[in-house]
Amino acid sequence: MKSKIIISLVILCTGLLMGTSMAQEVSKAQIKGLDEQVQEIKKDVLGISTELALLEEKLLYPSNTQVSVFVSFADKEGFRLDAMDVKLDGQEVVHHLYTAKELEALRNGGVQRIYTGNIRTGEHQIEVVFLGKSGLGGVYREKASHTITKGVKPKLVEVKVAGSGLGDAIEFKEW
Amino acid sequence: MKPFKLLLIPILNIGIMTFQTVDAKPATDLFFGEAIYYAHKGEYFDAISRLDTELGQYYGLDEPGLDSLHQFIDNAQFSVGDFELYYRMHQRAGRAITSVIEGNVEPAVRNKAIYRLAKILLQKNQPVNALHAIERIKGDIPDDIRDDIEYVKAVIFMVNGRPTDAINILTGLQSSSTHGGFAAYNLGIALLQLGKDDEGIIQLDKAGATSGSDEGTKAIRDKANLALGYKLLESGQPEMAKKYLDRVRLNGAFSNRALLGSGWADIALKQYDRALVPWTMLSKRNVTDRAVQEVLLGVPFAYGKLGLHGKAAILYGKALDSFDTELNKLDASIKSIHDGKFLEALAREELKLDKSWVVKLRDLPDAPETHYLMHLMASHDFQESLQNYFDLEEMRKRLLKWEVNINAYQELVNIRREYYKPLLPVIEKQFQLLDSRMRLRIEQRDNLENKLQSMLIAPRPQFLATVSERINGSRVENLEKRVKHLALTDESRQRVELLRGVLNWNILTEYHERLTQAFKRLRELDGVVADLKNTYRSFVRTRQSATQSYEGYDDVLNTLRLKVVDSQERIKTAMLRQGHMLETMAINELDTRRKRIEGDQVKARFALAESYDRAQKAQADEELLKTVEENARRAGELAKEKEKSEALKGGDINNVNDTTGKDVVK
Repeated sequence: MKSKIIISLVILCTGLLMGTSMAQEVSKAQIKGLDEQVQEIKKDVLGISTELALLEEKLLYPSNTQVSVFVSFADKEGFRLDAMDVKLDGQEVVHHLYTAKELEALRNGGVQRIYTGNIRTGEHQIEVVFLGKSGLGGVYREKASHTITKGVKPKLVEVKVAGSGLGDAIEFKEW
Repeated sequence: MKPFKLLLIPILNIGIMTFQTVDAKPATDLFFGEAIYYAHKGEYFDAISRLDTELGQYYGLDEPGLDSLHQFIDNAQFSVGDFELYYRMHQRAGRAITSVIEGNVEPAVRNKAIYRLAKILLQKNQPVNALHAIERIKGDIPDDIRDDIEYVKAVIFMVNGRPTDAINILTGLQSSSTHGGFAAYNLGIALLQLGKDDEGIIQLDKAGATSGSDEGTKAIRDKANLALGYKLLESGQPEMAKKYLDRVRLNGAFSNRALLGSGWADIALKQYDRALVPWTMLSKRNVTDRAVQEVLLGVPFAYGKLGLHGKAAILYGKALDSFDTELNKLDASIKSIHDGKFLEALAREELKLDKSWVVKLRDLPDAPETHYLMHLMASHDFQESLQNYFDLEEMRKRLLKWEVNINAYQELVNIRREYYKPLLPVIEKQFQLLDSRMRLRIEQRDNLENKLQSMLIAPRPQFLATVSERINGSRVENLEKRVKHLALTDESRQRVELLRGVLNWNILTEYHERLTQAFKRLRELDGVVADLKNTYRSFVRTRQSATQSYEGYDDVLNTLRLKVVDSQERIKTAMLRQGHMLETMAINELDTRRKRIEGDQVKARFALAESYDRAQKAQADEELLKTVEENARRAGELAKEKEKSEALKGGDINNVNDTTGKDVVK
């Protein structure tokens, strides 16, 4: 019996010593200090991101050729957008399948930039086709086209999508 | 073993709402809308970056009032602070929101900003500052956050040791559809804080009986009943305590601690057999849970109290085996963390897609036992550190991509330079030639217009003579000269005069028609000149954009490259520190659990030895009793035999039998 107790005490002491040697305290101050450092890094990386975005726009999509297509929801309830195709002068430039998160973001007033590219000045045809489900569960497909005139300024086209299925499901707005 | 433990769960665990959705309202500015889109997708880095870019461009405009963002500028500024908050940039978000608070905004917007700021401060463990902030709320409060503000205010009062103020608010929130359950629970806790134990217990009793079948309500009920049960256990009312502890669901997050407490309540009532019911159930659950480990000692303790020392000794032995296994697991987990497997596992993308990723972590080879880390992982400090680690990792990947992009852009610029630089001077030379010709033609056209304009005032018919009329006119002029010098007949002279007359007649009579025609043609020429000017401008723009497509980028790209490299270095260092901190936190947690198990192990060994001794003693007593009974039985048999033999011999048999029997028994 005595030997058992001695063994257990030895094990306990060894365990405690091991514990002491491994454990290092993480203080609140250390956590706070590192958190502030991470916040500083975030600020700087965001700065780089902004600079890079401006540079990319200037380098890859200069104003005189830039065209961007945005998608927003005009009708936010009872409608599910599944997919969207955008054609520019008969050429498909984007095909997008929507995730639940993206739909939620659109329903909450978000605007999706679905395409950015370059075109020459003059008239161009934009064609939009979307596939969705109405509030009643019916699948429907809508198609609409619009002529834009590209000038020297960036051409921004908003495609407003509604789920009514009454022929006014797609509305174009130029900015 | 300590029978009772105060388990009044800290109010902040349940009281603080998490930031899960953004408040940004729909905007009609496309770029602001795009930022909102990213924010609602939970991609706050992109949301901030896009809104920062848009705000930067807005403030750089000569006439920002004409920009579509102008009417949303306050909202946009507020939103960028909001997004920063979600991206855990509390310092910058705090400043952004403070600027909104101090700016010229409507009371509703200001109050919303103050509410957000107070929540940040509360979350960052600055309760006094949170109190100062929340007390600045005045005037119009948006309906959608009215209850949120009241609730956070109550929590702030409680954290600042002002339960009376908290009670006033929480009493008014009892019927709130969003905060009713939390308010009922916190009201009970606030009353206990104030020392009004009886009222606190009644309130927690109410919170524990709240109706509702949603998971949130059930969790609040369980939490209230658990807190109340342990409070009553602590104040020596085990019978009442058991009533509340038994209300806690058997499959909820608080069930293990409730079963443990229920058993302790039975022990306190000396109903050891009843304690075995919840404890035996609990002992079959996941052994990594602290309550289960505690009950591994509790069950044999109850058996010991029932006098079943042998059974108790066996169960203490099993507990020791279990503790050995757990200690080995913990050692392996600590080793795995030291080997860097924990951070490797945390950074795996596929795990983050699953809500139960923490549990799945343990299925990965060499990953540490995450059940022991669940409590740690739920703590605010660990979560913040973990999120920072994830954010750093995400930024590291972005910077790697940007580095590749910057090199590609540099190449793009070089290719454009190589293509345009030799081409542009040739084009430029041709352009100069065309330019001078064009200028000349435009000058001619202007002269023409001037002449036509002057003819409106002073008619000059000769100017509008046709080419043939001019040729014929000069011929007639020659003839007139010849007629003058030569002595011709009158008839000849009259013929020349007739020709002159016909020419003048045509020129003079058609003058107005010709003038109108000339103006018409001038307008036609203007159309051509306009086309020419458009082509000219288009050429100038193209030439300019060709130049701009490669000039002025080198410095920007080099600066960006340096910034990327610098950030990569800083991220590397921060990730090392953050990773080490996470590992240390995890090891500390595992080490604490290890020490507790080792303590339990020591207790189990002592208890095992004691139970073994008692079982042995009981066994020896039993054997002695059996021997005594056997001896008595044998003595009886001997006495009977002797009686029989005496009866055969004759004499006073009864007397002899009695005496012999007594001796044997003695």
